[in-house]
Amino acid sequence: MIIASYTKTVLIGSFWCGLLVLPFMGFTKAVFLIAILIGGGLFFHTILRLCRSATVMNAVWAVSRCVGSLKIAPRWISFGAYLGAYLGVVLLLVMPPFLNNYYLDILTLALLYALLAVGLNVAVGLTGLLDLGYAGFYGIGAYTYALLSTRMGIPFWLGVPLGGMVAAFFGLILGVVTLRLRGDYLAIVTLGFVQIVYLILNNWDTVTNGPNGILQIGQPVVWGFSFRQPIHFYYLALFFLVSTVLIIYRITQSQIGRALCAIREDGVAAEAMGIDTTRMKILAFSLGAGIAGVAGVFFAAKYTFVSPESFNFFESVRILTMVVLGGMGSLFGAILGAFLLTILPEMLRGLDLYRMLIFGAVLVLMMIVRPQGLLGNKNAV
Amino acid sequence: MLLQQLVNGLTLGAVYALIALGYTMVYGILEMINFAHGEIYMIGSYLCIIFIGLFTAFGLTESHLFFSLILSAMLSGITCALYGITMERIAYRPIRQAHRLSPLISALGVSIFLQNYVMLTQGSSDKVFPHILPIEAMQMGDFPITPIQFSIISASVLFMAGLHLFVQKTRLGMAMRAVAQDKIMASLCGIPINAVIAVTFIIGSTLAAVAGVMVAIYYGVTHFTIGYVAGIKAFTAAVLGGIGSIPGAMLGGILLGLTESLGAAYISSEFKDGFAFIILIFILILRPSGLLGRRAA
Repeated sequence: MIIASYTKTVLIGSFWCGLLVLPFMGFTKAVFLIAILIGGGLFFHTILRLCRSATVMNAVWAVSRCVGSLKIAPRWISFGAYLGAYLGVVLLLVMPPFLNNYYLDILTLALLYALLAVGLNVAVGLTGLLDLGYAGFYGIGAYTYALLSTRMGIPFWLGVPLGGMVAAFFGLILGVVTLRLRGDYLAIVTLGFVQIVYLILNNWDTVTNGPNGILQIGQPVVWGFSFRQPIHFYYLALFFLVSTVLIIYRITQSQIGRALCAIREDGVAAEAMGIDTTRMKILAFSLGAGIAGVAGVFFAAKYTFVSPESFNFFESVRILTMVVLGGMGSLFGAILGAFLLTILPEMLRGLDLYRMLIFGAVLVLMMIVRPQGLLGNKNAV
Repeated sequence: MLLQQLVNGLTLGAVYALIALGYTMVYGILEMINFAHGEIYMIGSYLCIIFIGLFTAFGLTESHLFFSLILSAMLSGITCALYGITMERIAYRPIRQAHRLSPLISALGVSIFLQNYVMLTQGSSDKVFPHILPIEAMQMGDFPITPIQFSIISASVLFMAGLHLFVQKTRLGMAMRAVAQDKIMASLCGIPINAVIAVTFIIGSTLAAVAGVMVAIYYGVTHFTIGYVAGIKAFTAAVLGGIGSIPGAMLGGILLGLTESLGAAYISSEFKDGFAFIILIFILILRPSGLLGRRAA
């Protein structure tokens, strides 16, 4: 019975999909897709039936009994997590001199995205505020430094706090306006915000140089040593990421962090416990925006070039996908998500066109199958 | 000049109002912003051009122009309704009970997926409406309104009035209002919740498809990104009129269209897309429940 109804579902679902895509793909491709879907569905079914057969089930049962009887103490698990984290950091520290510039650039990009994902995670994962305008703050930070550097010759190390502060200030304004309202409005207002930032960057030619962007942005200098090689920027990105993670980690362990989690879990109850929810939300929102600003300054300094295309809505979606995939509310989850979604597309260059399609599907699938993400806290969603 | 801009704004507003209705209906029932709604509108405009292209290939548009336009609009509407219920079934129904962030992210995923699906299958360049409309359709004597604009405005008024009557007078409309008020109570009274929600998505998607078809004929061109901007604007229209309120969505759409058209003509055309956002911010500060909405909790 189950098998028959499963086959029926596969058949109906495949033909339904074929019908939907028919006008867009044409007859041949639609038939092709139906065939693939039926084949895939039935293949999956065979695997499933194989797994259900008695011998396999018994083996799985025996193995799970063995694993279950091991009774790993929680402190060993947390020790393992720490060990993994330290190993990861050590690997990231000692590996670079042995890599060529191509890999270094990819890893630097992954670190930059990890920084952004950690920042967005403060708003989305920790506090439960869906911020879709994150790329807007990222762009504000990058353009702040780009303008200060090319027009006034402000050095990088002054640009970092300035870029972060300007972005956090915009986050503050946007937060004050929208965070008093129902959470859903925030999503759409931030969506509009990133569009506005893009419009301004693209059209205000006299200041931002429009679609051509700003060139020749100053690179960082420390005591006469100037950062030029990819490896320099790699370590700089690692420095930014590690210090941000330390700060955010301390915040999550503090009273503020617990207040933010309380707001995410139940805003009304948090308010009843005496937490000033609006104030806390604004704090989390602008903290996230500030981190995006710092990441933007780094971006501008590394590539010495900024253009509006790097800060559109799809950049926001990309960062959000990293947070959702890695695990909302989990620091290491956000970093893992950033590394996965930067390095995997790089390895699968042929699938470049399909990247956003896959990102969209990943967002939907994660929400249905595993809303807490790969490493997320189950309560986070 | 002013009269011309008013007519343009009204046409634009009629389109926004049709899309806003879908937002407001879904929000009224599921309390969720359906980000992917703008993509249904985009798919509708693509489908219209695809079907018209098909009819032109068969020579139908030469002999029966009006008939083939209506037929392609109906086919687009039906296909978009199918897309709407598929979307609801796959991406929204399994997580209806989840935390409120989940449906938002899922809807965003659907939106990104549909945009890229259309881009991959139809190409990333503009999709152009075939030159089949007679030149008389472009102007009507000395009046500042073209027949296309006139039919867009009257069609949307017709659809909106029909929807209002449907929701207020029919049994199914009553069931929809009941589900919007209290889902559990409605299901205890024997109302099939899933069916009612599916009907909501069918109606919303069909209206968005109608808007898409009309825009494809009006501008003669479409692109896979139009759903995103139109989605923000239609949502703004829904909030402006009071989200969850059907007359509010109509009023909001018209007001937004007029503002945008006049703003583009007299203030700045480059920042045309920014006006909707500024209006949204002001509405949220001054009157978050919207013009015709009930006071939000």
